[in-house]
Amino acid sequence: MLNPKAATYARPPLIEPGHTMGSITDKISGVVLSGRTPLTWFLVVSIGFMLMGMLGMAVMWLLIKGTGIWGINQPIGWGFAIINFVWWIGIGHAGTLISAILLLLKQGWRTSINRFAEGMTIFAVMCAGLFPLIHTGRPWLAAYWLFPYPNSMGVWPQFRSPLIWDVFAVSTYFTVSLLFWYVGLIPDLATLRDKAKHPAAKLAYGALALGWRGSARHWQRYEHVYLLLAGLSTPLVLSVHTVVSFDFAISIIPGWHATIFPPYFVAGAIYAGFAMVLTLAIPIRKMYGLEDFITMRHLENMGKVTLVTGMIVGYGYISEAFFGWYSANQYEGFMIWNRMTGPYAPYYWTLIFCNIITPQSLWFKRVRTSTLGLFAVAMVVNVGMWLERFVIVITSLHRDFLPSSWGMYYPTIWDWMTFIGTIGMFVTLFFLFIRFLPMISIFEMRTMAPEAKLRETEGH
Amino acid sequence: MARATVQPAGIYGLMAEFDNPNELVSAAKSTYAAGYRKIDTFSPYPIEEAWEAIGQKDRRLSLIVLAGGLVGLLSGLALQEWVHNLAYPLNIGGKPLNSWPMFIPVTFELTILFAALAGVIGMILLNGLPMPYHPVFNVARFEHASRDKFFLLVEAADPKFDRQQTRDFLNGLNASEINEVEP
Repeated sequence: MLNPKAATYARPPLIEPGHTMGSITDKISGVVLSGRTPLTWFLVVSIGFMLMGMLGMAVMWLLIKGTGIWGINQPIGWGFAIINFVWWIGIGHAGTLISAILLLLKQGWRTSINRFAEGMTIFAVMCAGLFPLIHTGRPWLAAYWLFPYPNSMGVWPQFRSPLIWDVFAVSTYFTVSLLFWYVGLIPDLATLRDKAKHPAAKLAYGALALGWRGSARHWQRYEHVYLLLAGLSTPLVLSVHTVVSFDFAISIIPGWHATIFPPYFVAGAIYAGFAMVLTLAIPIRKMYGLEDFITMRHLENMGKVTLVTGMIVGYGYISEAFFGWYSANQYEGFMIWNRMTGPYAPYYWTLIFCNIITPQSLWFKRVRTSTLGLFAVAMVVNVGMWLERFVIVITSLHRDFLPSSWGMYYPTIWDWMTFIGTIGMFVTLFFLFIRFLPMISIFEMRTMAPEAKLRETEGH
Repeated sequence: MARATVQPAGIYGLMAEFDNPNELVSAAKSTYAAGYRKIDTFSPYPIEEAWEAIGQKDRRLSLIVLAGGLVGLLSGLALQEWVHNLAYPLNIGGKPLNSWPMFIPVTFELTILFAALAGVIGMILLNGLPMPYHPVFNVARFEHASRDKFFLLVEAADPKFDRQQTRDFLNGLNASEINEVEP
């Protein structure tokens, strides 16, 4: 630290200088407790809430009429429901990567964004979970073939089916993400309990904090279990999108039956997720003036992860094309050729533009250190990753082995209302979260304050 | 505090306040060295040195998580084997009924689920939470423990505890304030 040479190479700090434990506490808890909610918050939540209402309408009509209101039919039996499911569940993955994998890798910069990203994970998985639930149009009948419970028919789920693996993977993922999030929140809820003035707020935060008092005996077990949870979440997050990719890869449809799917899907998930973290972080840090905590260095690092995972995804696209050619299988070859030149070619090339070409701008430091540049790239990637799932699902199904059974897919207004409605649900839930819970981990941020350093551990 | 002096009997302990983690850790070390065992420190963030100083070392959670994981693994596998071999045998494409490689994903997910649940519930219960009331909250200054101050508690239940001597001892540790904790 005192080495002047080291100072010249020093990276920008993770929080702006001048902050103390007290000021960090006040600033982050102030967002929740001050009662000064920015006008933009009301604007965003009202739009989100309206879209959520639209989702309610679309789902209600679905339950009344059945899946006939959607654009799915033979040969495209899987439409928006699976596309949106994969898109949302992928977005969730960045949160777990930030909270678990970056913790194990001792990346200090995760501290400013992990709470935020974990919240994003939970709400994205909720949006994702909605689709498998409603995609039969008769969710009340879905229970017996999704969950193993003794029923009067004596029927049990088919555990050899990747769709059942999906049920277990996604519900485990949601539960563990929620646990991880809640455990991380306990000390901060205690801070809110101690700082809240309103008796109702004191009671609510107090009940949720479970009586946490910051005892060293508690901290020891807390840190122990937090590390174990990170260790458990790391293989879990990799398994979830692997299992999602099995939904496709276990089948025999050209375009789906590919061994590269698991790693390619996991990379795509993290890619989409980091783009979504950037999409949320850039406006919200501005809205609440949190530039001191979510600094340019954080944004730049996220830009770098986006670039790297984007390159892995690009490698996946190239491999798919290579497999199509090298397999010397006419169906595989046709599938790739049809993707690039068939009726859905504009979608394919837009996807290549969004997911491979645009992120290359992140090689330039000027783009990585410009909020506007990063936000633009992130939005393009969000669109691109949705298109990727559209292309994988639709182009593989619409022209398979028999030309007599070829067809086209046209999503209906109800498909769009459901999809856009889940975006509204996500935004509403996320903004409610930042209003009522600390969006940055206060107790972990305190360790970043200069006075929090122990003399004995300095120089580590 | 006035009340505590009026009723001399029955305080929960003495609590010393410190301004920074270094003073807390060295005070905790001295208190432990002086023979006090029913002591605890309170800090707004985890300090490894603080729990080492008071001799806190509980590794049971590792075993609890392992046990949870094993229960998840065995019950997941047993469920699937039972369903496909005994309860509802279905011949799918001539594949064997005991097609165990196909049972790995669900077994894996249940292993993680049970391990994580065991870990979190174990941590909460071992810590004695939820605990709506605790005497330390009677100290008015204690609300700073979740903000930027550090506290050291010596419980009256400690055999070495003596109201005056312990107070004098804590006074010598650079504490910025010492409070009696009402039960």
